Amino acid sequence: MDIKDLEKAAKAGTLGRREFIKRAGALGIAAPFAATLLSQSVQAAMPKKGGYFKLGVGHGSTTDTLDPGTHENGFMSDTVYAYANHLFEVDNTQKLVPELAESFEASKDAKTWVVKLRKGVEFHNGKSFGAEDVIASINHHRGEGSKSASKSLLDPLVEMKKTGSHEVTFQLSAGNADFPYILSDYHLAILPEMDGKMDWQAGYGTGGYIIEKFEPGVRIQLKRNPNYWKAGRAHFDEVEVISLIDVTARQNAVMNEEVHVIDRVDPKTVHLLSRNPKIRILETTGTLHYTMPMRVDQAPFDNYDLRMALKLAVDREALVKKILLGHGAVGNDHPISTANPYHNSEMPQRTYDPDKARFHIKKAGMENTQIDLSTSEAAFSGAVDAALLVKDTAAKAGININVVREPKDGYWSNVWNKKAWCTCYWGGRPTEDWMFTTAYVKESKWNDTAWTKGAAVDRFNELVVAARSELDTEKRRTMYYECQQLVNDDGGALVPMFANYIMALNNKIAHDDVVAGNWDKDGNKAIERWWFA
Amino acid sequence: MLHPVVRTILQRLGLGLITLFVVSLILFSSIEFLPGDFGEAVLGQAALPETVAAFRKELGLDLPMHERYFDWLGGILTGDMGNSFSGRGSSGGTDRSRPVIELLAPRLANTLFLASMAAIISVPLALFLGITAALYRGSIYDRMVNAMTLTTISFPEFFVAYLLILVLSSFTKLFPSLANIGPDVDFWERVYLTALPALTLTLVIVAHMMRMTRAAIINLMASPYIEMAELKGASKSEIILQHALPNAWAPIVTVIAFNLAYLVVGVVVVEVVFVYPGVGQLMVDAVTTRDVPVVQGCAMIFAATYILLNLFADIISIITNPRLLHPR
Repeated sequence: MDIKDLEKAAKAGTLGRREFIKRAGALGIAAPFAATLLSQSVQAAMPKKGGYFKLGVGHGSTTDTLDPGTHENGFMSDTVYAYANHLFEVDNTQKLVPELAESFEASKDAKTWVVKLRKGVEFHNGKSFGAEDVIASINHHRGEGSKSASKSLLDPLVEMKKTGSHEVTFQLSAGNADFPYILSDYHLAILPEMDGKMDWQAGYGTGGYIIEKFEPGVRIQLKRNPNYWKAGRAHFDEVEVISLIDVTARQNAVMNEEVHVIDRVDPKTVHLLSRNPKIRILETTGTLHYTMPMRVDQAPFDNYDLRMALKLAVDREALVKKILLGHGAVGNDHPISTANPYHNSEMPQRTYDPDKARFHIKKAGMENTQIDLSTSEAAFSGAVDAALLVKDTAAKAGININVVREPKDGYWSNVWNKKAWCTCYWGGRPTEDWMFTTAYVKESKWNDTAWTKGAAVDRFNELVVAARSELDTEKRRTMYYECQQLVNDDGGALVPMFANYIMALNNKIAHDDVVAGNWDKDGNKAIERWWFA
Repeated sequence: MLHPVVRTILQRLGLGLITLFVVSLILFSSIEFLPGDFGEAVLGQAALPETVAAFRKELGLDLPMHERYFDWLGGILTGDMGNSFSGRGSSGGTDRSRPVIELLAPRLANTLFLASMAAIISVPLALFLGITAALYRGSIYDRMVNAMTLTTISFPEFFVAYLLILVLSSFTKLFPSLANIGPDVDFWERVYLTALPALTLTLVIVAHMMRMTRAAIINLMASPYIEMAELKGASKSEIILQHALPNAWAPIVTVIAFNLAYLVVGVVVVEVVFVYPGVGQLMVDAVTTRDVPVVQGCAMIFAATYILLNLFADIISIITNPRLLHPR
């Protein structure tokens, strides 16, 4: 790596400031000089206004509507983050910051949340933003008739009161320190109130862009909101989001400069695409992970040593290299990604160790037992190959795995959550609590490892509940670290890898050094955060 | 008594309707035998048996097959193709299912536009090439035309499409590689955007029509009446245009109709490559999500297109046939 590469990496945001200086030092460049170099190469890319930005995304459907309760794909979440705001926002460094909220205060038990709202914000139709809009917008997702995707998220919310023209008090049934995170969910957009209800039909928000034209499943056209309240955001004059479902068409479009950015680049051809001098590849590790859940209530997976043997018999590096073609990160047998706030980075990474695996399988006394692993491409692309790879690496540890290929149809109803061991994927959740509550606590219907009995399970469930209402970050961190350790050690979850989001950007596009990994495309906020260099 | 031409046309129309009815029967029962279930496909990880059952009930999938068939057929006869499965309330969110007609109509308009563009370029081109190739049979020109059209038809259409994108879009920047037209794009912009897909389709279908034209004419050139025309001193082009061509229309028109039908029903690959919002893509999407009403709607339209175009070809070959035009 020479200094040019470093500069490029610093510009691309794959290299932090410290790292830049450290590596430049390794190349024999003194720190002060390196710092100047860095500011030259990075600050040359200060946000600039203007331009017509075209974003090609691999989602979009003719059934899309502007009702935020129905949003279910990347196309609509790009859209909603562009034309509307939320009470809170996960910023590009993955920190939760107030957006339409100005400040917030939680009671000690994390049950009562008083949120002060930003003043002087206007909707695109000129209506000024206040507490009634927040109440109408959140209520849209609650109540009997609601079919919103966020309904269950808001179940703990028992009362919502306007305690000032720009203040709302939320009352929860149980403490939840992550409540502001929930309010950053893309479904919970704040749209104008009209006759006590949220008015989504008109398509007015407070966001940096105003909707010009919306053709579901084809494109949406946006123009910059001249009165946008947020400083240093929304740099493009006009934006067009185009639905390009076919991956080849999407890659063609970015190569021919018909769009400036695409998401979901095919890992198989990303090296070819990166050769194009007009294009730069951007990768972030998100929360999407591929798993092989073992149901611990069924033989032979009720045996701790057998589970441990299998966890040690998986060559994670090889899986990332061969199944994700290098575009991912190894997992450590728990669902918390580096994109989550409390990822346990201190826990040692489990690696492929056939000797230790052999020790555990002997201890379990199951050297000759045939263990069935059910798999199908329905779980994730490459799942069958992944299973075969696991079979091979486990054979070296004396474990006999039989790969069962299941039909794609009905995989989620007949195999997953039923068969003792199968392949699976999880899109991941932005917070630890969210993820654990979805798939790891005792009472969850989606507890696909059936991890419901034993001392470790009890401790884990206790911790999850306690951490939920713990407002002290350090204490929470300790609790979540332990949770991850418990899942990693005793749980039935085999989490060998996290997949990367891969995007291709035209060289004209610039962004901050750090790009969020909570979703694709800088947390689905590229429209508001990126600019033309 | 009806004129025999009119009678034949009426007969054909009736036969067409019967065919369409049979198609609807086959279509409905074959979809019935397809494995998989819409509920499971849509709900994915969330497909619990109760939810799937509730879903089937909401969609009326729990009714016996013949009831659903007559419901559907009755709907089609009154111009109502039902509502799409996807976007139903129980798949999460409010009810966003849309009438199949509403989904289909703009896509069909796009498909027909692309098909007409391709037809306007390819049919005259194929006729011209075919006639001239027959005229200069065995010459270098004839061989060149044959070789070139056979080359383009031999490549898979996605390959032709990518070649065109590479040359006309990536290298020379003459045309855009994306043809994702919207409803408010004006006519000339539309023509410009659809240029590459239309060109791709032209290259793919021209050989078939051109070779049929050439073969039909050459075939007739051996007939005694052409010899007669030659003997009376008519020029070669006169012979072909005035004597051979009128009798050659029947096979040519049949092949043209066949290719036009292909332009409407068989262009999924081209649509995908150029992100063209046509019926083909809609149908493929519907098949993958098992959105049966949309699949059925598309298939019926495809069937009707085939039948209508073939009918049209039959009628033209009848009325260009002098023996049928002047019955004794």
